[in-house]
Amino acid sequence: MTSLKSVAPKDAGPRLVGRSGMTAKPEIMSGAEVIIRALEDMGVDTIFGYPGGAVLPIYDALFQHSKINHVLVRHEQGAAHAAEGYARSTGKPGVVLVTSGPGATNTVTGIADAMLDSIPMVVLTGQVATHLVGTDAFQEADTVGITRHCTKHNYFVDKSEDLCQIMFEAFHIATTGRPGPVVIDLPKNIQVADAPYVKPIGQVEHRTYKPQIKGDRALIEEALELMAEAERPILYTGGGIINAGPAASQLLREFAHATGFPVTSTLMGLGAMPHDDQQFLGMLGMHGTYEANMSMHGCDVMVCLGARFDDRVTGRVDGFSPGSKKIHVDIDRSSINKNIHVDIGIVGDVGHVLEDMLKLWRAKAYRARPQVKDWWAQIEDWRARDCLAYAQKGEGILPQHAVKRLFDLTHHKSPIITTEVGQHQMWAAQYFGFDKPNKWLTSGGLGTMGYGLPAAIGAQLAYPDALVIDIAGEASIQMNLQEMGTATQYRLPVKVFTLNNEYMGMVRQWQQLTYEGRYSSSYSDSLPDFVKLAESFGWTGIRIEKASDLDDGIKQMMETDGPVFVDCVVEKLENCYPMVPSGAAHNEMILGPEGASGKISKEGQALV
Amino acid sequence: MSAASEDIARHTMSVIVDNEAGVLARVIGLFSGRGYNIESLTVAEISDDNTVSRITVVTSGTPMVIDQITAQLERLVPVRAVRDLTVEGPSVEREMALVKVRGTGDIRVEALRIADIFRARVVDTSTESFIFEITGPTEKIEAFISLMQPLGLVEISRTGVAAIARGAEAL
Repeated sequence: MTSLKSVAPKDAGPRLVGRSGMTAKPEIMSGAEVIIRALEDMGVDTIFGYPGGAVLPIYDALFQHSKINHVLVRHEQGAAHAAEGYARSTGKPGVVLVTSGPGATNTVTGIADAMLDSIPMVVLTGQVATHLVGTDAFQEADTVGITRHCTKHNYFVDKSEDLCQIMFEAFHIATTGRPGPVVIDLPKNIQVADAPYVKPIGQVEHRTYKPQIKGDRALIEEALELMAEAERPILYTGGGIINAGPAASQLLREFAHATGFPVTSTLMGLGAMPHDDQQFLGMLGMHGTYEANMSMHGCDVMVCLGARFDDRVTGRVDGFSPGSKKIHVDIDRSSINKNIHVDIGIVGDVGHVLEDMLKLWRAKAYRARPQVKDWWAQIEDWRARDCLAYAQKGEGILPQHAVKRLFDLTHHKSPIITTEVGQHQMWAAQYFGFDKPNKWLTSGGLGTMGYGLPAAIGAQLAYPDALVIDIAGEASIQMNLQEMGTATQYRLPVKVFTLNNEYMGMVRQWQQLTYEGRYSSSYSDSLPDFVKLAESFGWTGIRIEKASDLDDGIKQMMETDGPVFVDCVVEKLENCYPMVPSGAAHNEMILGPEGASGKISKEGQALV
Repeated sequence: MSAASEDIARHTMSVIVDNEAGVLARVIGLFSGRGYNIESLTVAEISDDNTVSRITVVTSGTPMVIDQITAQLERLVPVRAVRDLTVEGPSVEREMALVKVRGTGDIRVEALRIADIFRARVVDTSTESFIFEITGPTEKIEAFISLMQPLGLVEISRTGVAAIARGAEAL
């Protein structure tokens, strides 16, 4: 039966060629050497991995070619997140090398994470020899089958002559269009056999995969007309701006200033717009600011730039921004009209589209309508509610205060911040301000606890001199704690700043707000002594227990060379506000404990 | 939402793919993973050199869901083209079924008579059974099957829908 066969036809012809074709005479070398050569020729300087039986030939080729820095992690999930951290902070693809079976399956969470957050990543997995595939051989897993739906694309290399082409094709797919993870499954016999190597000349082109970069001119003109007519506009920006490169963030700033429109950002888009820009309303969504969510609800023209109307952003879909015309710019056509119907959908790279929009806005001498002034007055009213205010009293440290002080004392160093997932992540998003893109690395779509420490390691490897801080929770950090050893081995001075409230705080918060305080399995019992633990890994451990010691503790962390683990003991029962409860719309936010009922409808419970 | 369920319509889609390993699994997995419905699916190579396959999927959904299915299919790397034959003008749809009917006496004669009316061919016979081969649009196959039900129908094998747009234009 067609298409079910495991062998691709021999005469399929090149799927991908350089502009001038693959004309050079191929060099013959082992498959493992082809892999390493291809990585080198594509400018890969760092890979994250863990050896095993099915990748021994590749590790041997690495040993003999020292140009590439291989970072030995402690668990393959750590390799995947470290590659994500590297990719997110540099814009370059993260590369992972693991063995077959458990090596491959351990990367799956990281691959799924990269898929949902559009992170360019190439994962090389070893596989049992082709003649053993399907026999339940030792450390065999159907890696291609398992990763099919959490990768942008994946490959099983069953012929040596395809290897070189697949290597280049994989990087092309991972890094262009909407970026994402690509897996290459490499049987051991392919790594050993002779294989041809030719470096493609010029830019690679694929036969079927051709992402649309430029936006449709007529649609952009239509969108701008709508914007020029808007009385209550808002720019809603997302991670696509970050992925489109630093120039896109610059263009966003220029476009925002040219139009005078307010700007809000998703979790993934923080840093594209400076946090202290007067036009920036902060993050939107479930734990977004009052002014951002009210503006989204009340706007008449919404311009979504590189965001995807995630359910954490929209709240209840039928109550989402009911009176607005919506414009959506996204490089992925399937993001348009997926969750929310929009009036104008523009497929293209958000950087290119912003450039066109800015030129056109200026060329046509558009001006925001005078009513936008009234809109701003309304927004300032909402802003005056000061929804992120907190009252730090006494010696018990409020987690919000801890993050705020961490920001105040470190932002002059323009740190790279990673997070785990939960309350601390939201507090970091709310109270840590970013001036630049690529400084904020967090697991947004998949919400992967254990992301932050390996991601910090990946970022620190890319920027050895930068201040890299993982803002963590005591529960999440335990999920990939073993990577402390990796930081020690490679002398990476990462800082882990843990808000320790002895709870899986976000779970506990939801149990308090929606399950009448039945704290089922959300208490972090039997915690280690993090200071001693840190010291056992060769790190410096600092415990902060009193508000009066907070600043000194943070300064000590900054002044300490090498990796530091800060165990910052915070108030246990603090909740993360403001909050759009599940099943609610943007204008139904809870601003503080007084708005919380302790109960929720069945529909709300089902929405998570 | 009753308004939405009223909008649900049947669509026939042609998906032209590079005939590489796992491509069918990608397409099927996309439907199951995202909760889309597959009513029928057929696939076969269509190029001389065995490099291209055509998948015909019959699915159903609201216009927003159908648009999403198209977009998601186009996003798969080995997919060359996706066409919604239902919205892109008139098309021809055909399906083939093999229908085994067991019986003797009057019902056996009746089965044969109805088969004749439907222009179904007898492709196998024994003294107490027929296998009919019938080709046509899905409704015709279904009408035939329901008529065979009281006449000793014991087994059915259907190919699913193959479809192509009418007129001179090629995909």
